[in-house]
Amino acid sequence: MIPAAFDYLAPATLEEAIRALGTHGEEVKLLAGGHSLLPLMKLRLASPTLLVDLGRIPSLGLISQEGDKILIGALSTHYQIESSKLLKEKCPLLPQTARVIGDVQVRNRGTIGGSLAHADPAADMPAPILALAGELRATGPQGERRLKAEDFFLGLMATALSPTEILTEIRVPLLSGRCGTAYLKAPQKASGFALVGVAVWLKLSASGICEDIGIGVAGLAAKPFRAKGVERRLRGKNLNPSLIEEAASHTAQGVDPMEDIHASGEFRADLARLYAARAIQEAAKRAGV
Amino acid sequence: MAARTKVSIRINGTAYSHEVEPRLLLVHYLRDVVGLTGTHIGCETSICGACTIMLNGAAVKSCTVLTVQADGGEVLTIEGLAQGEELHPIQEGFWECHGLQCGYCTPGMILSTYQLLLRDSKPSEDEIRHAIDGNLCRCTGYQHIVDAVQYAAKKLRQKAVGNRILDPI
Repeated sequence: MIPAAFDYLAPATLEEAIRALGTHGEEVKLLAGGHSLLPLMKLRLASPTLLVDLGRIPSLGLISQEGDKILIGALSTHYQIESSKLLKEKCPLLPQTARVIGDVQVRNRGTIGGSLAHADPAADMPAPILALAGELRATGPQGERRLKAEDFFLGLMATALSPTEILTEIRVPLLSGRCGTAYLKAPQKASGFALVGVAVWLKLSASGICEDIGIGVAGLAAKPFRAKGVERRLRGKNLNPSLIEEAASHTAQGVDPMEDIHASGEFRADLARLYAARAIQEAAKRAGV
Repeated sequence: MAARTKVSIRINGTAYSHEVEPRLLLVHYLRDVVGLTGTHIGCETSICGACTIMLNGAAVKSCTVLTVQADGGEVLTIEGLAQGEELHPIQEGFWECHGLQCGYCTPGMILSTYQLLLRDSKPSEDEIRHAIDGNLCRCTGYQHIVDAVQYAAKKLRQKAVGNRILDPI
């Protein structure tokens, strides 16, 4: 399995990479970790004539803190996220998710930005970014643009990025106070991709009331989404198993579930309800309910 | 045909330099250009892990890395582990514990073990199984491989100086 021939550029700066995108038209693709793009190219499902490798731009691979946000460079690998002390302490939902992506070798190469920009509906990373109401930053010829996670995913492998923009950074909040998080997925047995994956973060008040909650759902529909109906049913309430189960039963409401050889739509919707309930329960437990 | 690109890569401590097509996969470079055929090609779809090598201190599936991406990097393959006739402790573990039958997955299994023991000198059985999740073996049923990893971890800990039981490359 050999990709079709292409030209290759490995710019050392973001500016050069943006210029290359702008001057080579539609047939150019950005290469991050290459763990979505290279398999597609080997199967000849993608045949770009130019690859612009972002792997030589060191500033894109850093994880740092700025005020009440954690800044994650788009080229941070899943392993970097899984093992980041800062994230484990201040935003554990991301390491919890990164840990169950692919396998060790895939996590060593695959990047958060690559995963988000590829927007595979069965990818894990979109779920926690949606749950955390993350902010994505993209740079193009006109400068930097900020996108809410909710506005980023448009559909099956489609995002709000323009062809000349590069996703550079993902910002997520520092979690403080009585917070709990969980990512649970029903993996497709052979590939490990999510039939359904549910990411939850929640915050409890001192008296144990659910002050705020975010729920991101991957795998169920053509685009990952925030289960706002479920969140609404839990916000301001005292969490208990029957309330959680009732709220989670609305996870697939108004959603058109995907159907493929791995799972029917009905089964996916069932899994979504079940895994949402379990993930909320787990997050609540971790917050000390 | 696309313009060839010059790459310089250190493999098992030896410097190599070639002009390659950008589309040349690292596994093909290692096997067909450099002649190191110990790295196996299995599924070619980044699933089976037979082609696992270490690149800059991280285990990767070399069927899913372009040679040009490894330019300037350090590679460790199965050929780089033994010291002459003396097996590396991980190889010894696979030998002693019958961690292989047909041997096809073994180079990849050993390099994934290398990655694990680089990060964790005393992994539990669960951690070992999690760490070789990306390597398929159709012969052993995995139990002997887990035994082999435990053997190697123990042996390396006995030889270790300080906390580090393996050098990064």
